[in-house]
Amino acid sequence: MIRFDQVGFTYHGAQTPTLTGVDLRIGEGELCLVAGRTGVGKSTLLGAVNGLVPRFTGGLLTGTVSVADRSTASAPPQEFAHLVGTVGQDPLAGFVTDTVEEELAYGMEQLAVPPATMRKRVEETLDLLGIADLRHRALRTLSGGQQQRVAIGSVLTAHPPVLVLDEPTSALDPTAAEEVLAAVLRLVHDLGTTVLIAEHRMERVLQYADRLLHLPGDGTVLDGTPAALMPALADADVAPPVVHLGRIAGWHPLPLSVRDARRHAPALRARLADHRPPAPRHSPAEPEPLLTARRITVTYGRTVAVREVDLTLHTGEVTALMGRNGSGKSSLLWALQGSGPRRSGTVTVSGSDGDPGHLPAHRARSLVGLVPQSAADLLYLQTVDAECAQSDQESDAAPGTCRALLDRLAPGVPGDRHPRDLSEGQRLALVLAIQLTAAPAVMLLDEPTRGLDYRAKRAFGRVVRDLAARGHSVVTATHDVEFVAATADRVTVLAEGETVADGPTADVVCSSPSLAPQVAKVLRPQPWLTPDQVAAALTPVEARP
Amino acid sequence: MTRTGQLPRALHPGAWWLWAIGLAVVAGRTTNPLLLALLLVVVGHVVVRRRTDAPWALSFRMYLIFGAVIVVLRVAFRIVLGGGQGEHILFTLPEIPLPDAAAGIRLFGPVAAEEILGGLYDGLQLATMVVCVGAANVLANPKRMLKAMPGALHEIGTSVVVALTVAPQLIESVQRVRRARRLRGARERGRRALRGILIPVLEDALARSLALAAAMASRGYGRTGPATGRARLTVGTLVIGGLLGIAVGLYGILDTGAPGYLGPPMLLTGTAVAMLGFALGGRGVRRTGYRPDHWRTGELLTVAAGLTAAALMHTASRTDSAVLFPALSPLSWPDVTLLPLLAVLAGLLPAYLSPPPPPTPAAGPPTPASAPDTAAPAAHPQHKEAAA
Repeated sequence: MIRFDQVGFTYHGAQTPTLTGVDLRIGEGELCLVAGRTGVGKSTLLGAVNGLVPRFTGGLLTGTVSVADRSTASAPPQEFAHLVGTVGQDPLAGFVTDTVEEELAYGMEQLAVPPATMRKRVEETLDLLGIADLRHRALRTLSGGQQQRVAIGSVLTAHPPVLVLDEPTSALDPTAAEEVLAAVLRLVHDLGTTVLIAEHRMERVLQYADRLLHLPGDGTVLDGTPAALMPALADADVAPPVVHLGRIAGWHPLPLSVRDARRHAPALRARLADHRPPAPRHSPAEPEPLLTARRITVTYGRTVAVREVDLTLHTGEVTALMGRNGSGKSSLLWALQGSGPRRSGTVTVSGSDGDPGHLPAHRARSLVGLVPQSAADLLYLQTVDAECAQSDQESDAAPGTCRALLDRLAPGVPGDRHPRDLSEGQRLALVLAIQLTAAPAVMLLDEPTRGLDYRAKRAFGRVVRDLAARGHSVVTATHDVEFVAATADRVTVLAEGETVADGPTADVVCSSPSLAPQVAKVLRPQPWLTPDQVAAALTPVEARP
Repeated sequence: MTRTGQLPRALHPGAWWLWAIGLAVVAGRTTNPLLLALLLVVVGHVVVRRRTDAPWALSFRMYLIFGAVIVVLRVAFRIVLGGGQGEHILFTLPEIPLPDAAAGIRLFGPVAAEEILGGLYDGLQLATMVVCVGAANVLANPKRMLKAMPGALHEIGTSVVVALTVAPQLIESVQRVRRARRLRGARERGRRALRGILIPVLEDALARSLALAAAMASRGYGRTGPATGRARLTVGTLVIGGLLGIAVGLYGILDTGAPGYLGPPMLLTGTAVAMLGFALGGRGVRRTGYRPDHWRTGELLTVAAGLTAAALMHTASRTDSAVLFPALSPLSWPDVTLLPLLAVLAGLLPAYLSPPPPPTPAAGPPTPASAPDTAAPAAHPQHKEAAA
């Protein structure tokens, strides 16, 4: 179906090629998972399938890419619309019309599908993706998971034999991600669609993939079944926790899914029976809380986003704020910081007499810092150094404070680089450093791990733990259960603006299947959360450093 | 008339536009305040009975306010630059002497009832025409209107639709960035603050439009048929020439002082040329429309109402011109005769003969709650703005 013959690609002005000598044959009905760290060329590989690379990106493509025996060099991407459907990370950015039904029909209108057929296909697609009740809704009012399903539906109506998905679940909560993946699996099984999917959170997709394309970062592509490639890749930052667990426990073959791992689990559970995971670092005997929020309520018009939520934050504690898309996590963070609307409730920060919501902006941020979801909104200068200098000035801090913080969080960020050209992890570190320059005791992070690969996420987890160790209290709103399991002391779950669960991480995540990390699912009922905990427990005491 | 016409459905947007243009022609042919006021009532009644709950349908009030502003301005100008005609002086303002160079212009001075009434009649006429156009905007879904455009204009139509969606996104973007600026303490004002907002917003908009362009291309937007460059040029010339002809023709009809050949003949010629262009262009287009609006009884009746009104008024302007343009000297109470009255009332028919609007689709909770979390705080920035 898709052929890559000796494909190489170099971006304009780049020193090294992004892809070199790629040879691929992808047959009909295969589900191919494209894995690799951020910036190794996953999106480039996916974009090359229908010719968006190089026609929309610039750069030099050598070799041939062909779909259904048609070379992408012969015609613009428009002429491949009936062969390849592509869905990007941000569905909203790709919507052309404004209601669900029209969006589904748009591609077919361009392909001149007869109106009667169009009517039928729209109805079929609405049912296939389970979005029939949304048909007249405006696209902007849908939740993230619904938008992503509409985006997939809008390319499916043209019945393309190939579907290309670039990180379709990166913005979604675990349940919405499951919905989207279930829809994709159904296409593979029912319609024999060939699917190419790029994903950072391998734990969500690996088990379903027929084939794994791994980009190690030198421009080549490793091609094979997940079972064959995984043993070699466990160190390469693309292995999900269940694979790590399998390696630690010495299982063979390596498990790819929780189900595979459960079969080996009894023996491991027996070995772990005498051990306990380390106790949560948070000590409840803490004399005085750092931040106390009482009955916080946020409303937009008649919609209640946050309803009378109480929250207490202690020094040295990392709290994870979880809940589905639109459950009020962001609204709560903004209300705590004081920059967002708050209808009622009080926030008190120890060591200050004022409520951050009533203080001027520059004083509020010296009490509570917030890194918003689209962190790049805070950056507007040409270089990293300029941003740092501006930040010192804004915070009345000694010159060099921000740069010193940045070097602690992410060593070696070039000062003359434009913030846009940094990697996701570096940019996040820069914004965090800017916010920390004001020395707030409480740091709020809104979806910080979005777009980070495993290694960047681990590094960021260490940064967060380090902040807590230095006496900050950190709150992070996130969908990433593995990140929470590895980093947070405490989890608060919101639903429709109300707190539904609040407690130590192990207690909260282990009691809910959708929030449980893979290791917890495998070793249930024992409360282990991460492969590292298991590894530490299995290492003989005398061998520990 | 069969009952099928009465099932709730959206009317073809073109029908509302033709109806509204018909009524605008009626308004253009009279300055009689009674007729104009009645016409406003007629238009308002139709709008109230046939509009939906869509966002664009709630803007009728804006057009009414705009109309009121026009009337007030007209009267105010007559008072300021009086000219001093008329015998019934109501009051006298102190006149401001002007240098000789401005001879013929007078500021303030005596204000006559004739002047104020003249301003009122003129203003009311213009305001009514504006309200008629506003009614079409309110009743017709602007996006369906663009969809109903001929195939040859499809690309332009899509661009306009995209532009319409981009505007609210841009506003949202600005609000999001302004709030992010607050997080940084943002104390600077003026140009520096503007830079801090503009750069992230523009970067965001640019990235978004590139993403949209790629998405549209991969979904087949702009697939070229077998059309050659020469054929496209011919089509373009015909369509634009035709549209110009239509514009001139409409001017000829609306402006009673224009020479006769600028009116209907120009309009017909323009329409014919444009149609030819569309037909030629449409032949090369391989594209279909999803659930297109059809012309059915309701649409035809609506258009007929508008055309009847315009035609009756046209007749009336020959027979009853004294009624349509009431004299200001001597001052007299304006009369109304049967023919113009019928013309205005004909505009009322769609309120009863066109199908009622479809019930509003079950809208979800408003955007802030259900969109991804970013949208939520971004939507209402003004709340804390005062504290800053």
